[in-house]
Amino acid sequence: MIVAEAKTLEEILESLQGMSKVLVVGCGGCVSVCLAGGEKETGILASTLRMKRELMGDPLETVEETLTRQCDPEYVQQLAKKLEGIDCILSLACGVGVQFLAEQFPQTWVVPALNTLFAGATMEHGLWEERCGLCGECVLARTGGVCPVIRCAKSLLNGPCGGSQNGKCEVKPNECAWQLIYNRMSELGRVELLLEVAGAKDWSKSRDGGPRKMVREDVKIDG
Amino acid sequence: MAEEKSKLQSLFEQGEFAVTCEIGPPKNAQGDGIRKHTEHLKPFVDAVNLTDNQTAIVRLSSIGAGVHVLAAGGEPIIQMTTRDRNRIALQSDLLGAYSLGVRNVLCLSGDHQTFGNHQEAKNVYDLDSIQLIKTVKDMREAKVFQSGEVIKQGEPRFFIGAVANPFADPFEFRVLRLEKKIRAGAQFIQTQCIFDMERFEAFMDLARKRGLHQQAYIMAGVMPIKSAKAAKYMQKNVSGMLVPDGIVEKMSKAEDQPAEGVKLCIEQIKHLRTIPGVRGVHIMAVAWEEIVPEIVKGAGLLPRP
Ligand SMILES: Cc1cc2nc3c(=O)[nH]c(=O)nc-3n(C[C@H](O)[C@H](O)[C@H](O)COP(=O)(O)OP(=O)(O)OC[C@H]3O[C@@H](n4cnc5c(N)ncnc54)[C@H](O)[C@@H]3O)c2cc1C
Ligand code: SF4
Ligand code: SF4
Repeated sequence: MIVAEAKTLEEILESLQGMSKVLVVGCGGCVSVCLAGGEKETGILASTLRMKRELMGDPLETVEETLTRQCDPEYVQQLAKKLEGIDCILSLACGVGVQFLAEQFPQTWVVPALNTLFAGATMEHGLWEERCGLCGECVLARTGGVCPVIRCAKSLLNGPCGGSQNGKCEVKPNECAWQLIYNRMSELGRVELLLEVAGAKDWSKSRDGGPRKMVREDVKIDG
Repeated sequence: MAEEKSKLQSLFEQGEFAVTCEIGPPKNAQGDGIRKHTEHLKPFVDAVNLTDNQTAIVRLSSIGAGVHVLAAGGEPIIQMTTRDRNRIALQSDLLGAYSLGVRNVLCLSGDHQTFGNHQEAKNVYDLDSIQLIKTVKDMREAKVFQSGEVIKQGEPRFFIGAVANPFADPFEFRVLRLEKKIRAGAQFIQTQCIFDMERFEAFMDLARKRGLHQQAYIMAGVMPIKSAKAAKYMQKNVSGMLVPDGIVEKMSKAEDQPAEGVKLCIEQIKHLRTIPGVRGVHIMAVAWEEIVPEIVKGAGLLPRP
């Protein structure tokens, strides 16, 4: 899932300066699972903002709504009927959701309440970790199912750098991804695979080629 | 135009036990210090490494520094990390460096920027060190750029180096790592500073078993320590370095700590020379370049060819 965290209250308040009625929109997708932008967080944020603005002598009115997903036009359209008298939308979705709202409502000012962090998962209660850098050309088959692109601080594709010690990355306190790869390859008796020189990666398949699109003719509905 | 072949490579081919040292470029735009050091070190070493923004701290570029070494009559080995430049900039700089007379390049991945003085920087790592080695080799042998485009004339013909760290983990993998670098095109190897002889000997044993000492010139890295404090600091803080307690203890007990550091370093070099497959020493006297002649002399490595 996409993991995100709340922006500071100061930053959010600053982005709402001059707004008196705000539509605060949560998302029931990833950010709800990582406890950053679900219905509960939306409610808490809205009431905190109201209290703060009250104390500042500049009361704020809020309308709250949590969509099933903000990255889906069908759900996003449900907001259309709530925009009456609204100065601004504050979105608690990931960056995709925020942009979808902006695209769907060209006349309305939209600001984010979260910082979108990474594609990862919940490790334990209160701990999330990154697992995929969305590089567009997955190398996991060569690295025993551990991603060097995002879990190695240098995205090295051919083995550990000189900074790996006792399982730790030179960028502490992270684990060294190449130690993890090596461990798995040894356990599975496939260390020899790591001797192959991995050629330069095609980063044009990653975000370096500009914003990406995926097209599947087989599922397209042609008009 | 400088000679085509690296002087360092020629010395290795003649069977010489090579001696190199390191000059850390300054944090300013003045090259006179590098020239002075070169003049002073020239009679004692065969080539001089110029570090590339080591520990991710901005310094005069290694290529710029290498040109100062050339001007002072020395033989430069420019270090090139893949942290700050993508494949376009790396290849462009290789062309530039070669055109200015540089013949040796040491390919590295580089310290992570979080160690340095610009921690908010974006790192590049378009290539890793092995891919850089292969790129430099392909430019020379296949006469192509990394993309496959042909270099029609005047291809750079570098003598290619890489580093090996026998003290980093996973230990068993370190020799395979070295083999991979050699396969990719590394012709000489400079190791991380050696303090733990036992571990280094174990490493060389494994390297010899795989015949690596016959496929590349392996230079053992040493570092004279100036004080017990410095030894302790390295033991704790420098990533990828193993300093045994015995060394810290010897340094602490010494009355004249710098002299003890020099003595230890000389002993290490003498010992390293006896290890089969070690073809030279690389002396990394960080911020203590002026001590190199004394060490080279003490280790019986004079006169230089
Ligand atoms: C002598 C020396 C000089 C240095 N100079 C500088 C400097 O000037 N500037 C600076 O910033 N840092 C410098 N460093 C630091 C160095 O870049 C860091 O220690 C870095 O963290 C470690 O990478 P590396 O360069 O030691 O090894 P690298 O050569 O970068 O090794 C890491 C690479 O090894 C590859 N690899 C090699 N063999 C194998 C194998 N068999 N299997 C799998 N993978 C393999 C991996 O792909 C990875 O890309 C220096 C280190 C040494 C030892
Ligand atoms: S290799 Fe690329 S696609 Fe595969 S997990 Fe890593 S970043 Fe994601
Ligand atoms: S220590 Fe391991 S994870 Fe960290 S940069 Fe080096 S190889 Fe990558």
